[in-house]
Amino acid sequence: MASALIDAPKTAKRGEIITLRALVSHQMETGYRREISGAVIPRLIIHTFTCHYDGEEIFRADLFPAMAANPLIAFTTVATRSEPLVFRWLDDAGVAITETVQLVVTA
Amino acid sequence: MPPSTKPTRRKVLVQGTAALAFLTARPAFAEPEDMEKAILDFTGGVAVTPGKVKIEVAPLVENGNSVTLGVRVESPMTTAYHVKTIALFNEKNPQPQIARFHLGPRAGRAAVETRIRLATTQHLTAIARLSDGSLWSDTVEVIVTIAACTED
Repeated sequence: MASALIDAPKTAKRGEIITLRALVSHQMETGYRREISGAVIPRLIIHTFTCHYDGEEIFRADLFPAMAANPLIAFTTVATRSEPLVFRWLDDAGVAITETVQLVVTA
Repeated sequence: MPPSTKPTRRKVLVQGTAALAFLTARPAFAEPEDMEKAILDFTGGVAVTPGKVKIEVAPLVENGNSVTLGVRVESPMTTAYHVKTIALFNEKNPQPQIARFHLGPRAGRAAVETRIRLATTQHLTAIARLSDGSLWSDTVEVIVTIAACTED
């Protein structure tokens, strides 16, 4: 169902600050909208986003319904070693989406 | 039959009015006080100083369903002195919180970009918590011509 798209450089020099842009398709249902019948459409959003790289969590975001649908989060990290960057989104239904990209770090 | 269960005209009027008052008293949008409360939850009462933080957002947006927003914090991002958390708040969406970003010295720069929803024209506040415990903020106003959140 959901698909993720990562914009990250394939290679970086050690110590270089790189920008990572993570986009995922998700309706991010706010829980404030109603059906025509008047029934509230239940909230279903991604509430947590994390990025792990080189041994630890380097970035985490707690998200609320005010995040736009198909959330985009862009942040930075210092290239340290040739390791995978692991991105993870977790939604209210307990569905986890994981995407991994490999970063090659040159001296 | 006890008189109290009888739906007299007076009772219907009183209850109806009360129900109506209850319905209209529930705000469709959060109030600015809700944002203050959410900020207090985050700061725990620690004083917030304006500065160091910069919200980058268009002052006028056409579509509140997707508003590109960036936050930067002046910080060397060293192990000894870095930004730990950036929290984003809004004044008039149904809920005052937008997001909290947790970063550290490995970020290299304290800069985050995302897309948010805005229900109406309102103020946005970003608060950064630094590793020394100090809190810094920036507030901007965004004018929205097409709202989000409560519409389809």
